[in-house]
Amino acid sequence: MNSFDLNSLTIKRALELLNKGKISSLELTQACLERIKKIDPEVKAYLYVNEEWALEQARLADEKRRAGKQGKLLGIPLAIKDNILIKGHPTTCASKILQNYIAPYDATVILKLKEEGAIFLGKTNLDEFAMGSSTENSAFFPTKNPWDLERVPGGSSGGSAVAVACRMGLGALGSDTGGSIRQPACFCGVVGMKPTYSLVSRFGLVAFASSLDQIGPFALNIEDTALLLEVISGHDPYDSTSAPREVPVFTRSLQENKTSKFRIGIPKEYFEHELHPEVERNFEEMILLLKKLGHEVKEVSLPHTKYAVSVYYIIAPAEAASNLARYDGVKYGLRVEGKGLIEMYKKSRAEGFGREVKRRIMLGTYSLSAGYYDAFYLKASKVRTLIKQDFLKAFEEVDLVLTPVSPTPPFKLGEKVSNPLQMYLSDIFTIPVNLAGLPGLSLPSGFTEEHLPLGVQIIGPHFRDDLVLSLGYQMERELNLQNIPPIIKAL
Amino acid sequence: MGISFDEVKRIAHLARLELSEEEAQTYTDELSKILDYFASLKEVDTENVQPTFHPLTWDTPMREDEEKPFEDIEAILANAPEVWENMIVVPKVVKVP
Repeated sequence: MNSFDLNSLTIKRALELLNKGKISSLELTQACLERIKKIDPEVKAYLYVNEEWALEQARLADEKRRAGKQGKLLGIPLAIKDNILIKGHPTTCASKILQNYIAPYDATVILKLKEEGAIFLGKTNLDEFAMGSSTENSAFFPTKNPWDLERVPGGSSGGSAVAVACRMGLGALGSDTGGSIRQPACFCGVVGMKPTYSLVSRFGLVAFASSLDQIGPFALNIEDTALLLEVISGHDPYDSTSAPREVPVFTRSLQENKTSKFRIGIPKEYFEHELHPEVERNFEEMILLLKKLGHEVKEVSLPHTKYAVSVYYIIAPAEAASNLARYDGVKYGLRVEGKGLIEMYKKSRAEGFGREVKRRIMLGTYSLSAGYYDAFYLKASKVRTLIKQDFLKAFEEVDLVLTPVSPTPPFKLGEKVSNPLQMYLSDIFTIPVNLAGLPGLSLPSGFTEEHLPLGVQIIGPHFRDDLVLSLGYQMERELNLQNIPPIIKAL
Repeated sequence: MGISFDEVKRIAHLARLELSEEEAQTYTDELSKILDYFASLKEVDTENVQPTFHPLTWDTPMREDEEKPFEDIEAILANAPEVWENMIVVPKVVKVP
């Protein structure tokens, strides 16, 4: 099996070949590591790659398989966003303040992946503390979009999206607070899903905004995405916000709903925003595709959409200000000495945090402070209720909602990073989904004339991740985009 | 409306962030633009609306108050900036007369 074949495998196909003994996990992992050596210097998706560790895990997986042990992901190499803790390895959150932090425990999702035999290649780059939409806010370096190295891969889970797009791993995990899985998935031409809030445990995910964060999968197709989601989902006593519910067998749902017909809503307010013409054209093609598949497509109204960015950029920074208070130089992370305790706090945090993180901490501190709490945080939380109710009302008339993921195709590095508000406004389609706690998926839906990836978002009711995946599966089969990987021009 | 330079310094103090004068000015400009954008929320009628602090809620889960040892204290201490015996060393906070 030559290197190229090993690098064009989906998780499902790799498992078939592994189970038949046609390939070994060692070969598969070596192929990924080769790929990382060749491609990652160009795209810089990874912050940490541990070859010895990966190969050791691969050998153990092969041994387990020979001994007849089973695992839903036995021997499959994955990339993990660097805000998810893997015991014994660095977790930096792409921040100087955690540059030397070694995780003392595993995140629950990591334990679940380990139990099913998955292998970890390393940790991927992100916007610092998951705050950003381009991975340009990483304290270490930006990640590049493999489809055009002068463009951003999206963020904050840019590294994970790029790892999968470039086949430097067969799947990946990211986190999504306002679009941080869906938008980079869209920009990189891979599938990315944010599950219903509470479906996946947040224990071991470095907290950004606790009422919005979710861990979710990246993969080359829906089947792989569904499998990853199945493995990482489930109630966790260590996360008191995790849902005490049974997890559906998502891979089975895809087959059961293969020909189901849905009522699909298109929110009219989303088109009151300026959409790049190619995004608009592609979206219209998706509507036609849905009709061709026999679904009913109708307009719905989400009247409070235009307030979503304000609501999010009040609530998320407020929660972040709270969650990032722990980075004080006392028990872990960067400590900068000062004349006394308060100065130690101030200097450690000033030196350890990047610009965007500080900006959001200050925004959050402001909206929670006395005199401003009512007008900002409380008000935003009330409007959040209205945004959630908009969706609940829409789901009385339709089963699923379809929207673009981003108003534009992937933008250039440096284009938005110096205009925070511009950057924030580009999250308009993904943010409401987190505010309402709904499941949302980004599916590759085509390319621009410059061969940049485009995607659509499928949104479902709470705990109907199965329907979201099912519609994605139907559309993917019809689109037949052939999963051609990006050609890195420099190579 | 925005935010004033003095308020930015006050907020930075609350957030335990040291800012240079230049940084404080930059944040004043940036935060002002962002806060002005939020003004549109005023027009939303939230008269009888309950706030949403969590998108999905259920009763607070309870557990037995049992001690469970954490097996790897060394791993925790390994991340501490300064350790003495099995304690983390911090600056003196109590004023000695």
